[in-house]
This record gives sequence, C-alpha cells and structure tokens, in this order.
Amino acid sequence: MSFIPKTSHPAGARRPAAIALGLAGALSMAACTPPGTTDDEPTVDSTAVAAPVTGDAPSCGADPVTLEAYVETGFPVFNELTAEFEKQFPNVTFNTREDQFAVITQNAPRVLVDSPPDLMRLPQVSELAKDGLLYDLDEYAAAFGWDEWPSSQLEQMRVNADGQRGDGPLYAMGINFSMTGVFYNKELAAQIGMTEAPKTLEEFDGYLQAAKDAGITPMAQFNGGATGGLAFPLQALMASYGDPSEINSWIYQREGATIDTPANLEATEHLNSWIEAGYFADDINSMDYSQMMSRFIGGESLFIFNGDWESGNLDAQMPGNAGFFLMPPLEEGGQLGAMSAPLTYGISANAASPDCAAFFLNWVATDETARTIDIEVGGSHPMGPTDAFMPDIDPASVTAQTLAAGATVGENNGAMDFIANATGAIYAKGWTPNLQKMFAGEQTPEGLLASVQASYEDEIGG
Amino acid sequence: MTASRRTGTSLNRRPSVSEPSLTPEARRRADRARRLRRGLPGLALVAPAAIVYAVFVLTPLGATIQYSFYEWDGITQATWIGFDNYARLFTDEELFGSILNAFQLILYFSLVPVTLGLIAAALIRKFGTSRLALVSRTVLFLPQVIPLVAAGIMWTWLMATDGAVNQFFRLIGLGDVTRAWLGDFDTALPAVGVIGAWVSLGLCMLLLLAGMTKIDPALYEAVRLDGAGPVREFMAVTFPAVRQELGVAITITVISALRSFDIIYISTQGGPGNSTLVPGLEIYYLAFLQREIGQASALAVALTVLVLAVVLPLHRLARGKEES
Repeated sequence: MSFIPKTSHPAGARRPAAIALGLAGALSMAACTPPGTTDDEPTVDSTAVAAPVTGDAPSCGADPVTLEAYVETGFPVFNELTAEFEKQFPNVTFNTREDQFAVITQNAPRVLVDSPPDLMRLPQVSELAKDGLLYDLDEYAAAFGWDEWPSSQLEQMRVNADGQRGDGPLYAMGINFSMTGVFYNKELAAQIGMTEAPKTLEEFDGYLQAAKDAGITPMAQFNGGATGGLAFPLQALMASYGDPSEINSWIYQREGATIDTPANLEATEHLNSWIEAGYFADDINSMDYSQMMSRFIGGESLFIFNGDWESGNLDAQMPGNAGFFLMPPLEEGGQLGAMSAPLTYGISANAASPDCAAFFLNWVATDETARTIDIEVGGSHPMGPTDAFMPDIDPASVTAQTLAAGATVGENNGAMDFIANATGAIYAKGWTPNLQKMFAGEQTPEGLLASVQASYEDEIGG
Repeated sequence: MTASRRTGTSLNRRPSVSEPSLTPEARRRADRARRLRRGLPGLALVAPAAIVYAVFVLTPLGATIQYSFYEWDGITQATWIGFDNYARLFTDEELFGSILNAFQLILYFSLVPVTLGLIAAALIRKFGTSRLALVSRTVLFLPQVIPLVAAGIMWTWLMATDGAVNQFFRLIGLGDVTRAWLGDFDTALPAVGVIGAWVSLGLCMLLLLAGMTKIDPALYEAVRLDGAGPVREFMAVTFPAVRQELGVAITITVISALRSFDIIYISTQGGPGNSTLVPGLEIYYLAFLQREIGQASALAVALTVLVLAVVLPLHRLARGKEES
C-alpha cells in the first residue's frame, strides 16, 4: 500500500486541472441556456390545449386501438373496468402500466411530456394544467353531456388560467368519487352502549370517553412517516365548525383564502383536546396506513377516520361488523361535510388516442356493468347523473352505508377536496410535520394553522 | 509499477545529455513531443472510462451546479436567481435543520460502529482462529449483506410499540421506557441512528480485524514481557497499528451519515415533524414533491461540499499518520 502515494503524485498534480477541464466542458454543454422547455414548444406553453374532438360523438372507432394507461397499483377497480371495456369493445386493448401513487405523483410532468399516456391517474391537476400538459376536456364534456351532471362532481377538476381550481376548463375526469367519514367496529361499540351513530359532536366525544374508560383504544389513526393521517379527523371537524366552501376556497387557492380562521382554530383545538384526553392510540406518530387498517380489522380500535374506498374491503374482512357515519355536526341536524374527491384521471396533451380515452371515461360513468364494478370493487360512488343506474347492494353492508352517506353529503352540498391537496407539497411539508408535532405536544393549535398557512403562501407565492 | 516509472524517468533524461547540440527550446519541444507519444496509448486506454465518467458523473454534476442558480419546476422555462437558493439554505429553518440532523447522525453512523467495531475486532483477534471467532465475525458482518431497505423495514418492526425491542424491555421490568421509538420526537433520530450503527458495524469490524491480523506477534510478546496488561497492550500495539484502517472506516461511515437516505426514507420518511429529516431526503422532497429543482440542486451542491469539507481533512489526517 505504501507505494501508492509515491506513484500517484505526478498524476495527482494534474488531476485538479483535468477535473476543472471536465467540469468546464460539462458546464459549457448546458450552461448557455436556462433549463426547461422553451416557450415555442406547443406542448408546454401556459395556454390550454383543447382536445381535438373529431366528429360529433367521440368514440374508439372500429379500427384496433391500443390505449396507453398509467395507473395506481393496489386498486383493482381500474383493471376490472378495462377488462370489461375490452370485452364490450374488442377493437380496444389497454396497455396498462402500474406504479405506486407517490411514484406517479413525482413523475407526472415528465411522463406526460416524455411518454404521454392516453389515461393517467393524477393527483390534483392545477400545476399540470397550468403547464399545458393536459387536454382541456370541455369539448368532450359538451359532447357527452357531462355538463348536465351535478357541477360539484367536476368542480375539483376545473382549473382556470391562473392555476386556481374550482372553475375554468375541465382537465381531468373521475372514474368514481370517494368520500370519508368514521368507520366503527359494531361489536366494540355495543360494549360501550353505542347502538347507533352519534348525532352530535358532543355525543361522539362521550363515546370516545366511554371507550377509553372501558379500556378500548378509541381511535387508531395513521400519522407516521410522511403521512399525517390526523388531517382526516381535522378536516371533518373543520366541516362541523365552519363552512366547507371556505375550506374549498383555500384548497382551490382563491385570492386571499386562509386556513387560519376562528372556526378552523376551534376545530383544531377540538382535535387537540382528543389528543390530550388520550383518545388516540399512543403510537400513531409511527403508525402507517396498513397498520391502522390491520388494527381496526383486528378489533383493536373502535373508530378510524377513513374513506369509502375501504368499504368493499371491510365488507369482506369483517362482514356485518363495520359501521360508518359522517362526522356529526355541533348540533343535531346541523351541517354535514366530508372530504369527497373524484378518483381523477387525465389525458396527456400529447396522447395518441384522446377520443377513445374520453369515450372510456364516459363509459365508466354511464355503463351499468361499469357502475356496478365501481361500487362492488371500488367501494365508491360512480360519477354521472343523479338518476343513473345503481346496482342492488346488501343494505346491511358498510358499502350501503357509505353510499347513503355520500348522497347525504351531496344533498348538504358539503363535499370538500382534501386539505392535503391544496398544493403539491402542503401535505408533506405543512400538514404532516405540524400534526405530528401537535400530537407530541410540541405544537399548539394556533401555531399549527399559522405554520400551515405560511408554507401555503410560500408555495403559491413562490 | 514503481520500477517501470523509474526506468521511464531515466530514459527521459538520457537524450538531454547525449544531444548537446540542440537549443534548450528545441530540446524542451522534443521532450514534450516524446512525452505525448509515450502518453498516447495510456490516453487511449483511459479514454473509454474518461468518456463514461464525463457523461455520467461530470455532466450531471455540472448540470446540478447550473440548476442551483435557477428557480425551476423541472418543466417550464427556468428563471435565473443567482445565489438565492444558497442563501435560503441558511435562512430556512427546515433546510438548515436537516443539515444539523445529518451531523448528529455522524455520532450514530460513524462513532458508535467504529468504536464498537474496534472493541469487537480486538476481542475476536484474541480468540484467534477458534470457531467462536468465526461465528462472531459472520454474525457481526451479516447486516452488511442485507439490503438497507430490508434492514430499515426489519427495524421498524422491531421498534414498533409491540415490537421485539419493547417486548424485551417489558420482560426485564423496564415497561416504563417502552414507546414507539421511531414515532417519538426525542427518540426518532437516535432510533434511526441505531439502525445505521447496526448496518455499519460489520464493515468497521472486518476492516479493523484485517488491520490487526497483519500486526507482528512479536510486538505483543515484547509488550507483555514489559509487563503490560490487555488494555496497555491494546493502546501500545493494536491501536497505533490499525490507524490507517481506522481512517478508512471513519471516512466511509461519516460519508454514509451525511448522505444517508434509504434507512430514513424507509423507517421514518423524515418524521415525526421533520425530526429525522436529513439533506438526502430533503433533496428528494424538494425535487420530486415540491418541484423546486433549483433549491434541491443547491442543497445537493452544499451537501457535496460539506462531505468534502468533512472528509478531506480526515483523509489528510489518516494519510499524514501513515507517512510518518
């Protein structure tokens, strides 16, 4: 080993020069122009790209078509739907690539530019729409009559020219819309004398205390890692205390919107009182989503805050033993709100067969078999007109309860998008760390809202 | 290698003596041409590797440096903002905090495994070639073979509320200390550190053991004749002899602490509440979640500089000792 320094000296003397040269070369290759696509490329300017509707009714035609799809893994509903579609339209073949949701989210812009899929599962679409990466689906909406559906179903997928959501052209379409609330274990509920869903928040608090007194963990809620699951109960409480439309304004990045309101503070304080009373399992800051599900299914927790996408799963895993209710209002008969969002799919601005992709999305919402798959496999309510076909469902199942709750939320106009979807990073950077800190007693309710609002402004301003 | 270089040097000198008629300028030129000719085959041999290196290492490095001066979402036109991204590294509590966390991790990823590795190696050396030494060596080295992701998953199970670690504490009557180790603000970073220490211990131990095996047994005999005990023996003979290996072990583990990503991504993802956020993870979040490619690049450049700033003096220290 000792000879190495000696022989390496002469070479070593030249090494910095060589590195400098190489670096300079590398820099000169890239340095002249700023990175990013230039404005003269049509696919990524900031103006909307309208979908090329050919003829009166877009369809998949009669020639063989291969639809490229990029979807979330672990959700069988999409594959069930495509299989049925291929059966009904034999000229269409789906070439489906699956990835974890996080992977899709991270790669969305690049994938939409580099290998444009006809259909892609997308998170919130505002930035992608602003960058001109998605088709404006308004003409399809007109051609298929989506405009006549309840406007709240499509609202979350509309993005205006400023990148604000809620109005403007339609940039994505749902294959169903999901909704969240509280699931409970009926056997455990019976042990504390809870035979029906609580009608007021006070009554709910009473059940939480009763469960704790009985030695039952009231709530197991995932809140570990990068997933602040306490955002679920928090948003539900916000809907009980305040106006769901104000929360939507904030999520849609409306001018001057703030999350730091007196009503939201009361909601956050209420959540904090649950934390201080010990109603949550004491290890939720290290609990992930699957741990929460296994504990709930295993009867180790009375309540969980979750969405109807688990209805089918719970009906299979704990048949007859799972119940569901929406977060109760402050006073009986008061307003009800719920996080409710479509399972969004977009069409790349460079897609090869946008007509056929749109036709598929329309088929999912209108075909009877497709709607049945949506409910039985997906557990969630299909998109479409209010009077559309609904399959028969066992009234004792939790799926039936979540569907009924969905209808109630619709009637109350209480649907909100998820507060974690306000900006690309608000969940990982705003909500999650602050909710984890509040659980550990290192953040106050006031501080939490102020801090989240600060990162929100930082993101939409920067 | 040393011999051939020497021959080369003498050959180079010979013409300057045998051709006195040439002017100094011409002689220098001829020398340079000859050196170049002689170097050509070498250059040709190096070229493929050099090209690959330039394309896959230097170009991305250059691009990262370039991006760090822009505000860029990765898709649309970037805006030049000079050193703003670098300034934010010092003013943004979260970014700066991630760097502080990385330095704290050095304690667990480097100091602990190197110290334990030194003790383990010294003990194993004592056992010599016995079966016990072989078994302990294998057991201690095993973590090195396991992929980091698997190690991370395994430890999250072990450190869960009802995991083996807490079960052990309850068994020995320490039920009060049990907690969700990776979900507690006070213990999350040390808990992640334990995983890192566990992974690096094997490599440190093996490296130091290799250093110890080349020590002349006569040295031990000599100190023992001088009446030294095991501790004195270790301090006088073993420790100075493995300084080089120690330098290598410290360098490797310090680098792995500063650029740690996988273990933390798997076990805590930076939580709870950013208490285990490290630069590697933050770069990933900035680039892929927040789409702030410029800020991510600036942190990446800063991290590279930081690693060099910490490791180069260590390297020099180890080399200096070696030469003395």
